[in-house]
Amino acid sequence: MSKQWYMLTVVGEDRPGIVARVTTALFEGGCNLGEASMMRLGGNFTIMLMVELEGSDGELRKLLEPAARSLNLHIHIDGIKGRLHRHLEPDVSITVYGADRAGIVARVTGVLADAGLHVLELDSDVAGSRETPIYVMHIEGHAGEGIDALRSALKLIERDGIEVNLQPVDTMVG
Amino acid sequence: MVVLEIFTYPDERLKQISQPVQRVDDALRTFIAELEQTMRHSPGGVGIAAPQVGRFQRIVIVDVSAKPKIANHGRMILVNPEILSWEGMVKGREGCMSVPDYTGNVMRAERVTVSALDEQGEPREYHCEGYEARAIQHEIDHLDGLLFLDRLVSRRTDLFRRKNYGEKKRRRGEGGATPR
Repeated sequence: MSKQWYMLTVVGEDRPGIVARVTTALFEGGCNLGEASMMRLGGNFTIMLMVELEGSDGELRKLLEPAARSLNLHIHIDGIKGRLHRHLEPDVSITVYGADRAGIVARVTGVLADAGLHVLELDSDVAGSRETPIYVMHIEGHAGEGIDALRSALKLIERDGIEVNLQPVDTMVG
Repeated sequence: MVVLEIFTYPDERLKQISQPVQRVDDALRTFIAELEQTMRHSPGGVGIAAPQVGRFQRIVIVDVSAKPKIANHGRMILVNPEILSWEGMVKGREGCMSVPDYTGNVMRAERVTVSALDEQGEPREYHCEGYEARAIQHEIDHLDGLLFLDRLVSRRTDLFRRKNYGEKKRRRGEGGATPR
């Protein structure tokens, strides 16, 4: 069998040592790691990780079984067509915040998508207090129809009392 | 046209500290011309430092004039550059000819005052801001063996860029409170 890339998803209750246990098992099993996003979300730890292996998804699952069992992790594996060195450069960074309420993400991303935004990265948080939560979101993306199209679109959102800050990202290459 | 080979990380030579130029002469000017051609040959390259092509002397070239709508001094040849003062910090995205296929966010001073010799050996002083100031700091880092990888910050590090925060406050008539 030739080498194949998989997207490995790991979710479990957060505790120290998850990354080390998972990546050690993969290393010892002969895997090569690619790009990854790992983050604590609401007390869970989440991993999205590109793993390359000369073997099947079943073999990959088997490598992870001991760690998954002892740390009570949910594992999900997809064979993917992706590969490394396929970065897309963001040209816009958008920060959104406001009182947390239902539909804020759908409203903001909907308006932006209609104006040509391709989301490359998004992270968001609910902060503030239990009684008055606030929502904070940060997006990096590519403005397919230009930055001005996004600016016009965001005016609609600001009317709804959502704070939005858009910054062009002009990567300096030196 | 001469295009010099650009060292790429993990080449350890990029970590070497460059030495001051002792004499600005024709030989140096020839090298500077080759360095500039190398910079202009690279798509999107707005700056280059001598150690990127294996010459460990304190020489930097910056030219951000091709970028639309930004303050700039045009073509700047900076020999033995020194940053005399810094002001404001701002996050921005950087890439590097010596680090292909990666870009990341780096904090830099928003405004810098730089002294340097020009290619005739005359002392010059520049007040730079924004994108141009970023380019200068990035290139001077190369002279000290530093890459932008040494200064990466997490994407969660900041919330708002200071300048716009201030503008927004003023627009709403909430007074000129200094952010943070």
